[in-house]
Amino acid sequence: MCGAPPQGRSLEGVDLARETVIQGHVLRAGNPVPSAYIRLLDDNGEFTAEVQSSADGYFRFFAAPGTWTLRALSPGGGGERTLSADRGVNEAELQLS
Amino acid sequence: MTSKRADVLVDADWAQEHLEDANVVFVEVDEDVSAYDGGHIAGAVKLDWKSELQDAVIRDFVSKEDFESLLSAKGIGNDDTVVLYGGNNNWFAAYAYWYFKVYGHADVRLLDGGRKKWELDGRELSTDAVSRDATTYTAQEQDTSIRAFRDEALASIDTLNLVDVRSPDEFSGKLLAPAHLPQEQSQRGGHIPSAINVPWSKAANDDGTFKSDDELRTLYADAGLDDGRDTIAYCRIGERSSHTWFVLRELLGHENVKNYDGSWTEYGSLVGVPIAKGA
Repeated sequence: MCGAPPQGRSLEGVDLARETVIQGHVLRAGNPVPSAYIRLLDDNGEFTAEVQSSADGYFRFFAAPGTWTLRALSPGGGGERTLSADRGVNEAELQLS
Repeated sequence: MTSKRADVLVDADWAQEHLEDANVVFVEVDEDVSAYDGGHIAGAVKLDWKSELQDAVIRDFVSKEDFESLLSAKGIGNDDTVVLYGGNNNWFAAYAYWYFKVYGHADVRLLDGGRKKWELDGRELSTDAVSRDATTYTAQEQDTSIRAFRDEALASIDTLNLVDVRSPDEFSGKLLAPAHLPQEQSQRGGHIPSAINVPWSKAANDDGTFKSDDELRTLYADAGLDDGRDTIAYCRIGERSSHTWFVLRELLGHENVKNYDGSWTEYGSLVGVPIAKGA
């Protein structure tokens, strides 16, 4: 009912005509960062959701069309970016310092 | 209203010092039930919020007898101090805390910041199997003074403090679920009329620890929570609202606070009840 889906590439069973998927890799100097905490903030900067990146640095959110901010927290340092998302899959790489 | 923080919340240093205590049981409860297996606090037992705390057929808690069997098998005794922690900012650990209180466990505490703070601190996680000797656990009858049902939620409109702790976009109806989950849902979007929106996340720091009592008091006062009224907290399925229930009742000492675990997945599916949209 509420289990977070495993963070991976398969979107099998996801209705991409309805869902606004924001997904991508968290990278530091070109290398994937596992177990980083990624936050999705709405267009007012309010917390909307948080996931942890997978072993290969992958994350995924199910949002809605609009402007969103991704913010990452990890022991080595953070990163942040804003993007505009539409229905379907929105790929977003997040670079950490 | 006096803070009970020291009785209900422990920090990571306290946890580290009490890992070996015979009467302290660390229990990990995660939304992602595979997290424990990838590494857990040494000696902690795993509790699956879904397969172990929910009835397999009807939407409800497991029975008192099943809860007794569960805790007995986990090696948790009535006199043990249970320290709950988990991922996702302790959402499901807070849910389990509230659940243990409904069934009357005497000494339950939350590990401040849960897994996240523990990991960000770079503290050790173990993959060693954990086994504890079985106990004979006795639970109390459900304490419904801290659990709200749908009729109470409906009757509380314009009467009690209703605190919707979901994100602003869920409160307004733009999203139907927290954004780490697919949005396809059967229920309607929006919130219970007269509810105030105080997202659970405003009660926590970025590292998942709770804000100070002063910050928390200011947060709810500014949002219009009336201290003279009883309070019902809700979210989508009752786990994030357990986090806020913990803040209001256990940290700030408000007396009559209930968690409505039916929450939006129940209320938003009821026929004919009023719904408010927008901010």
